[in-house]
Amino acid sequence: MSQTVDVGTPPAPARDERVARKSPLARLMTRPEIGALAGAIVIYLIFFIVAPPFRDANALASVLYVSSTYGIPAVAVALLMIGGEFDLSAGVAVTSSALVASMISYQLSANMFVGVLVALVVALAIGFINGYLVVKTGIPSFLVTLGTFFMLRGLNLAVTKIVTGNVGTNDVSDIAGFGMAKNIFASEFNVGGVNIRITLLWWIVFIAIATWVLVRTHVGNWIFAVGGSAPSSRAVGVPVNKVKIGLFMTVGFMAWFTGMHILFAFNTVQSGLGLGNEFIYIVAAVVGGCLLTGGYGSVIGAAIGAFIFGMANQGIVYAGWNPDWFFFFLGALLLGAILLNNFIRSRAEASR
Amino acid sequence: MTTTADPKTAVPLVRLTDAGKNYGNIIALQGVTLEVGGSEVTCVLGDNGAGKSTLIKIIAGLHQHTHGTYEVEGEDVRFASPREALDRGIATVYQDLAVVPLMPVWRNFFLGNEIRKGPAMDIAAMRRTAKQELLDMGIDLRDVDQPIGTLSGGERQCVAIARAVHFGAKVLILDEPTAALGVKQSGVVLRYIIQAKERGLGVIFITHNPHHAYPVGDRFLILKRGRSLGYWKKDEVSMAELTGLMAGGSELEELTHELEQAGGEGSGLREVAQVFGQEVAELHVAELGAGRTPPSEGSDTRQGPTEP
Repeated sequence: MSQTVDVGTPPAPARDERVARKSPLARLMTRPEIGALAGAIVIYLIFFIVAPPFRDANALASVLYVSSTYGIPAVAVALLMIGGEFDLSAGVAVTSSALVASMISYQLSANMFVGVLVALVVALAIGFINGYLVVKTGIPSFLVTLGTFFMLRGLNLAVTKIVTGNVGTNDVSDIAGFGMAKNIFASEFNVGGVNIRITLLWWIVFIAIATWVLVRTHVGNWIFAVGGSAPSSRAVGVPVNKVKIGLFMTVGFMAWFTGMHILFAFNTVQSGLGLGNEFIYIVAAVVGGCLLTGGYGSVIGAAIGAFIFGMANQGIVYAGWNPDWFFFFLGALLLGAILLNNFIRSRAEASR
Repeated sequence: MTTTADPKTAVPLVRLTDAGKNYGNIIALQGVTLEVGGSEVTCVLGDNGAGKSTLIKIIAGLHQHTHGTYEVEGEDVRFASPREALDRGIATVYQDLAVVPLMPVWRNFFLGNEIRKGPAMDIAAMRRTAKQELLDMGIDLRDVDQPIGTLSGGERQCVAIARAVHFGAKVLILDEPTAALGVKQSGVVLRYIIQAKERGLGVIFITHNPHHAYPVGDRFLILKRGRSLGYWKKDEVSMAELTGLMAGGSELEELTHELEQAGGEGSGLREVAQVFGQEVAELHVAELGAGRTPPSEGSDTRQGPTEP
């Protein structure tokens, strides 16, 4: 809390020189994602050294693919977390979307896109209900979405069993429109011998849009504000409830998108899928520098967080380590990343 | 910057006449008369629980009065929301300042009123304007990109005031702006109050410190237990009287007595009690000298002279 005001004596016109003294590096150090970036580099180097197959470009593409499937929902989860809320239902909402699209199209023998659109409506409705309950009841979103998490989990299984008589859905690859949907959500192509999945491109698009909205638009300003202090935001006229509901619906949208990818990549969906993924989205956002308490963070950070997860997920395989230990390594990596993050942030703040 | 309010207009910017507020059967505020014109500072003094917050909330549009009238520029009003009050040029700077600590100064400055350029914000203009507006208030920030939480309490207060002024406030309601500040910082905030007044704004300055109120105020309203204890122009009341009325003379005497009893033989407390008692006595003399009702027993239930 330094005294930065010169009261009374107006200083010389060359006052902006005080700003210029801050070096670009010092500026970079105050970014929320810097800790995650450092962590990602360290983890990449570790796997690069210990796992020769990891050095291959196709391995990197594979890591990026895995990262993108977690990173896409993490984009929205990060925005939501910056807006001061949680969504524990995001993981199963992915599965719900995929199940809805699959069953609607298959059972009604409708075009694939009918199912896709109905699933979108359902996913947005889940987001809306989450958001509406949170803003209207004032109950912490952790609890509200924990409730919807269990409800969706039950619905996924029960409705799937009623409709298909099975725990998974039928193969949808013969339905009209499947090919086109697959092109949009789950295609892959070759760039110089490297196999790239389309989710990677979508992920980049979503990161770019979300970052632009967050940093450059008034809506982004409001997202930071409602997460930083909802009462203050309300007092200056920010539509707090609309912003929060909108953020929950954005999570719904991203869950829908991920669900569509899973459906068109595998043709069938298991109703029990997606459990626990909500934590990976949240962890990606937190590792990426989003504060659990809201009001601070970045989408790019969450992307780096998802990339760290992808590296850990695939790197352990490439390194030939016993995959039984995967979650232990994952936990240790995340803890390390968070500690590094905290350390860097506190240093950056001290140097202000 | 559209604060061209005519100084000393015949019609005050804000006038409450015999206003009151009941919450069910609880009488939160009763019989309050107050006005503030352009280039005027009206101070509302009162201890904790005196009804200051209720009064602010009525003026700011958070609550509605249940008795009396509330006029803005001569027109009877009843605001349904703070936004409506804001649209009429009544801006409130709350104690918590309504700032978001982690956000940069310029983002806070424009929060809820962002300058837009197409779908995006005109960030360069917002940065520039925030810096210039603050400079006009005499605050020279090194960097409007620093989180507002890194500013001192006084600076934050000043940013909040500058923000209200920039967005066309005609009347500023300041809720205990000096309450949590040190001596020097309080002085800085008081200077901004005077600056706002000089720019033609009406200021309603809520405080429990007569030492802060007296130097900047033009009118003084004292609240106690939800009632108006009196309403004076500056030339009708002295600092000592204000202080005495604020504390309530009889209660001070009681406190003196208590201090005396609590302080055992040779205790420093006894000495404190003596000094305290002396000061209370002096206050009484000052009040009687000015020909005011001495705040005796039951002064909290009697209406002071409201229309001087």
